[in-house]
Amino acid sequence: MKFFIRRAVFYVITAWAAVTLNFFIPRLLPGDPVQSLLSRYQGNIDVNAVKSLRVLFGLDSQKPLWQQYFDYFGQLFHGDLGISLQSFPTPVSEIIGQSLPWTIGLVGMSTIIAFVLGTLLGIVLGWHRGTKWDALIPLTTFFSSVPYFWIALIAIAVFGVNLGWFPLSGSYSPDVMPGLNMSFIASVCYYSFLPALTIVISSIAGWILGMRNMIVTVSSEDYVTVAQAKGLPESDVMFHYAARNAILPQISGFALSLGFVVSGTLVMEQVFSYQGIGYRLLQATSNNDYPLMQGIFLIITFSVLIANILADIVYALLDPRTRKEA
Amino acid sequence: MAQVAVQATETLKPAVRKHFVFLRNTKSIVGLAIFGFFLVVGLIGPWIAPYSPDKVSTAASEPPSAIHWLGTTQTGQDIFSQLLVGTRGVMVVSISTGIIATFIAAAIGVTSGFLGGMWDEMLSMFTNIFLVIPGLPLIIIIMGMMKEAGVGAIVLIISLTGWAWGARVLRSQTMSLRSRDFVEASRANGETRFRTIFFEILPNLTAILASTFIGTVTASIMSLVTLSYIGVIPPSDWSWGTVLYWAQNSGAFTQGLWWWYAPAGLCVALVGMSLALINFGIDEFVNPRLRNTGMNAAELKKRKIYPRIGFTPVVQKAASKSRLKTVHSSVSNSRLVASERNNDGK
Repeated sequence: MKFFIRRAVFYVITAWAAVTLNFFIPRLLPGDPVQSLLSRYQGNIDVNAVKSLRVLFGLDSQKPLWQQYFDYFGQLFHGDLGISLQSFPTPVSEIIGQSLPWTIGLVGMSTIIAFVLGTLLGIVLGWHRGTKWDALIPLTTFFSSVPYFWIALIAIAVFGVNLGWFPLSGSYSPDVMPGLNMSFIASVCYYSFLPALTIVISSIAGWILGMRNMIVTVSSEDYVTVAQAKGLPESDVMFHYAARNAILPQISGFALSLGFVVSGTLVMEQVFSYQGIGYRLLQATSNNDYPLMQGIFLIITFSVLIANILADIVYALLDPRTRKEA
Repeated sequence: MAQVAVQATETLKPAVRKHFVFLRNTKSIVGLAIFGFFLVVGLIGPWIAPYSPDKVSTAASEPPSAIHWLGTTQTGQDIFSQLLVGTRGVMVVSISTGIIATFIAAAIGVTSGFLGGMWDEMLSMFTNIFLVIPGLPLIIIIMGMMKEAGVGAIVLIISLTGWAWGARVLRSQTMSLRSRDFVEASRANGETRFRTIFFEILPNLTAILASTFIGTVTASIMSLVTLSYIGVIPPSDWSWGTVLYWAQNSGAFTQGLWWWYAPAGLCVALVGMSLALINFGIDEFVNPRLRNTGMNAAELKKRKIYPRIGFTPVVQKAASKSRLKTVHSSVSNSRLVASERNNDGK
């Protein structure tokens, strides 16, 4: 129980730190970009929206900083992230609500596929070290060393442009009606194939290497030798004795890598013009849509936190020591 | 007398060779060579570039030729020159980021691991927060708000978002070093805390510091290239990412101008590979179990060796005696290193 309380405290503090960071970034940076934007939109923005933007970006310079800080938290707790400037007057939360499912669906799926596939390959590679399987290692290292977007662009150039197998961009065909019908779902799957494939290719190497190294370390433990000496089937020793004990660091690695997954997503959505959260963030950056930028950053951080909490729970379920020690 | 001398040299020999375990590793040699090559290109690149990277010419979208080694862009700029000039930017940013981030990681990680208690709680909480907050979106937002960011700002932001992982690894290693005999001895001798940290702890962290440095350099190359590809970093500074930015924006990928986009990506891949190889070398230096036996897969199979369980196979009967001998000695050597490494701690 103590373990969970400790983790809970950690997550609360991290969430607070993220919000605080979001509060201070626009206030610490030189210049006052929002002020100039506001004056440009003056008259078009309604009074309440202006007030909300003032609270978010610290334009109430007559108020003391601590009061601004409290106002900011108050506004966030009401779910008010301000109003998007580029697609005025849509609230930021609405835009995020529209694009988040796309990102979570695609990236969630491909991350899980990469994790499972990579871990399995890592087990095989670690177990059969010193065989021809070793040839896979330099290959995966290559794919993890290339920038993600480059793989994605080449995939588009080859499978999209030259072979014409997959669409170049977008998240579903313009011909189908969005909704819960078969043709729409099929279209979404078809359009997400290439993005998912490129994410898996570029992220799988980390899982393979991590698992391989753990298997190599674990397979010299006494209990593995004993299992082998007893004459258990090799697959039994491999999966139930070696892999079972080697997988724990993978789980905590999974939690930690989520931040990097998010970064990969940003670029993926840019390359494929996929209407997820990262695409919105980059659009917002190039259009100086500060409220949207801030809101998206906050949401991204919170999603990573939630995913970390889930990974923590899984870890605690798998490894009784974490529950006891703390 | 002569016998003693022979014995002395015999015992000396492995001790001397042990120092070069890292450099005898093929992976790290290849890695260091490739990285060194790019370092040199980064130094002299702008001087040996045949054209100015911005120079527009009438030879538009030309495939590689003797005049333009890697072809030209849509406006007739020489891509080879752009890559040569861009190497310096990538190298300067990544190496200085690596230095700064490793420094922060060492300062925070070692302090928190060494002091323990309240300080440790606070510093590792701080580290974990930085570990969880996604770096790239944060960089994009800060860069988006600072319209004219110079190289210094880029370096600073990337290193501030990239030190946490190293600090975590260094902290746990410091914690395990702290209670070992030689540190206790130094404390009992009345050495100052400063001296204990800098002369007892830090030398034992060299391998981890090196791999932290390499990790942050790799990460910052990726960040830099990605950021300039997205266009968050102003495309006026040439780097490999800038080349890709222009390639993407001019439709090089859809028009099949492969000479425009392929080399820049391969450069990043080569540098990344070289750093990964160096890191493998360090890993294998630290953890001898990860070392291959020095025999290739075919030979192992021929001799029916399946290295699954336990340590490294050592077979006395061999087809080629000399080869086996080297294998055998390197294995026992690595064992020696491993056991010493464990012993000097406990």
